[in-house]
Amino acid sequence: MVTFMQDDLLVIDNLHKSYGELDVLKGIDLKLRSGEKVALIGPSGCGKSTCLRCVNFLETPTSGHIYLEGNLLGENKTDDGYAHMSEKQLARQRAGIGMVFQGFNLWPHLNVRDNVAIAQIKVNGMAKNEAYALTEEVLEKVHMAHKADEYPERLSGGQQQRIAIARALAQKPKLMLFDEPTSALDPELVGEVLNTIHELADEGRAMMLVTHEIAFAREVADWVVFVDEGVIAEQGPAKDIIDNPKNIRLQTFLGQMLERD
Amino acid sequence: MIDFLAVYGENWDNWGPQIYSAIWFTLGLTITSYILAVAFGMVIAFGSMSNSKILRWMSKGYVEFTRGVPTLVLLFLIYFGLPSVGIVFDAFWAGVIGLTLSMAGYISEVLRTGFQAIHPGQREAALAVGMTPLKSFRYIMLPLAIRIILAPMLNMLILLLKDSSLCALISAPELMLTAKDIASSTFLPMHLYLLVGVIYLGLSLPMSFVARRVEARMTRH
Amino acid sequence: MNAEKIQLYAETLLKGAGFTISITVVTFIFAVLIGLTFGAIKAYGGQGKISSSNSVRELMIIISKKTAIYLINIYIEVFRGLPSLAVLFILYFGLANAGFRLEPFTAAVLGLSLIGGATLTDVFRSGFKAIHVGQREAALAVGMTPFGAFREIILPQSWRITLPPLANYAIGLLKETAVVSAIAAPEIMFYARNLVTKTFDTEIIYMLVAVLYFCLSFPLARLADRFERQARVGEK
Repeated sequence: MVTFMQDDLLVIDNLHKSYGELDVLKGIDLKLRSGEKVALIGPSGCGKSTCLRCVNFLETPTSGHIYLEGNLLGENKTDDGYAHMSEKQLARQRAGIGMVFQGFNLWPHLNVRDNVAIAQIKVNGMAKNEAYALTEEVLEKVHMAHKADEYPERLSGGQQQRIAIARALAQKPKLMLFDEPTSALDPELVGEVLNTIHELADEGRAMMLVTHEIAFAREVADWVVFVDEGVIAEQGPAKDIIDNPKNIRLQTFLGQMLERD
Repeated sequence: MIDFLAVYGENWDNWGPQIYSAIWFTLGLTITSYILAVAFGMVIAFGSMSNSKILRWMSKGYVEFTRGVPTLVLLFLIYFGLPSVGIVFDAFWAGVIGLTLSMAGYISEVLRTGFQAIHPGQREAALAVGMTPLKSFRYIMLPLAIRIILAPMLNMLILLLKDSSLCALISAPELMLTAKDIASSTFLPMHLYLLVGVIYLGLSLPMSFVARRVEARMTRH
Repeated sequence: MNAEKIQLYAETLLKGAGFTISITVVTFIFAVLIGLTFGAIKAYGGQGKISSSNSVRELMIIISKKTAIYLINIYIEVFRGLPSLAVLFILYFGLANAGFRLEPFTAAVLGLSLIGGATLTDVFRSGFKAIHVGQREAALAVGMTPFGAFREIILPQSWRITLPPLANYAIGLLKETAVVSAIAAPEIMFYARNLVTKTFDTEIIYMLVAVLYFCLSFPLARLADRFERQARVGEK
């Protein structure tokens, strides 16, 4: 059983996920304090993205529990154990967690403004003018306010990703999830997105970030977690982990990543 | 339920021979029309892809015409209308002609989109290795096109089988009309129409099963 | 042959055109409703996986969804394999004999809607399936319910893919309504057959019928072409 500290924001307790025979996550335990930034690194297929997707239940964990501010995510406690939440409850929980995808996933039939505003109008029942004012504000933050009337297909990948970040920001989330936010970008566009994330990090919002950008993780994250074959192989303060890795597989991994850059 | 089914057993000696010959008539109608419609459809398809403006225009006009006029109207025109200008077909051939004319437009569209889906680079590569245009059609374009059109062509055959039932209304002794005749003499319409329904399904389901398998294989590649 | 006669025939046939159009419109609406519902069930109903961690209630939901999809598939196979004439005869003559007498209009709309729904189910299903799964995930991630994501994100995007086949279906449906003259529904063909038995001007009357159907379907055909062009542009 997990113990909760006063300022624990997110607690992941013994998370398992398998697809049929394939065990992707084999018991992940992780804690995030308010305002803390955690980077998940590891070789492709190690389960770090799956772990992130479990946090807002785009993947349903096979076993284990996740808590946000002490409240169970995705499940209700019953007399004889746990039961999955209804889709309505799940939606309400997801509304409080921001998520940024590798492929941006902007909606092509809506312009930039509506991409950001629609959830506030349709999910939170915000009045239109209020939602658009908020949209203006978050687009300003990612320096994209001048593109509010454009449609996503007319924008570069980097611009699209910054709008996707604005869309998540409009949710006023306590926690932001980033699932390899720069992996689908052309190399010259990576910088602008990393800068945007960096600026947000300085605002003190808690973040969980899956990334291959090791230097960026070292700079932005407080804590780095190395996931390997479905378990946490090593974790610690960002600079310690990246500058002085102890685990052999982590050393090899870091070596490969740095060589690539 | 048992009572309902028992009726078939009691009457099968009477109905059976008529139904069997009706199945053969329906199949004959369907297959003859299909062969002719594929041949005619190919002519229209080549017309619509030809360099001649007139041929393209005629092919397009024909496709538009069959797209807008119901098969039943064509059948009535041929069977009931043509005799008054001195051209008489029996029900079978009137049916074959009507079905062929109406289906050829659709089949030509299937063939045309099939050929146009092939990347021009395929043909260029064939010419580049020294094939004549005819050889490149025979060995490269045709095999590629067949993979694309096989499933929709099977669906056209199913469509034709179903449309052949319209020939009942021009007194061709196929399945529907045979069922109607027996039904009106025995006062058992439910039995007869359900029976022909099952027969049509028995004929079309294997075809749609094959079509779906082919389609699934095509999308996988 | 005089113009007066042709005008009289045309006026008589136009009386039937109203009925043809009503059958087409009402059937189209029902077929779209069936196709939309069943298409969505087929596209999204099969997602749950049976595992030991499911509660009894979840298992019931998963099993009933899978059963629904199974039944929908049978429905599609049956109604795509049957000629419309057979369906209409079963509904009109068959049911009347069994004690349920349907009006020709009701039987026609019911029969053609069931056939059309079977066609459109797969049209809608593939339209929904063509939308990248990330679109739905992003909608869920901002807090939309699965139904909200479907209504706000998936459905609006799927029209680009489904409109061309829908327009082509409408054309096919308009032509198919000609068969309901066989169950005495007073549409174009019905009036045409009556005129023929009275006047014996067979070739003129059926030619007029052909022209009338062509004129009715022509705007639909142009619409279908436009949708197809737009869909191709959208693909890039």
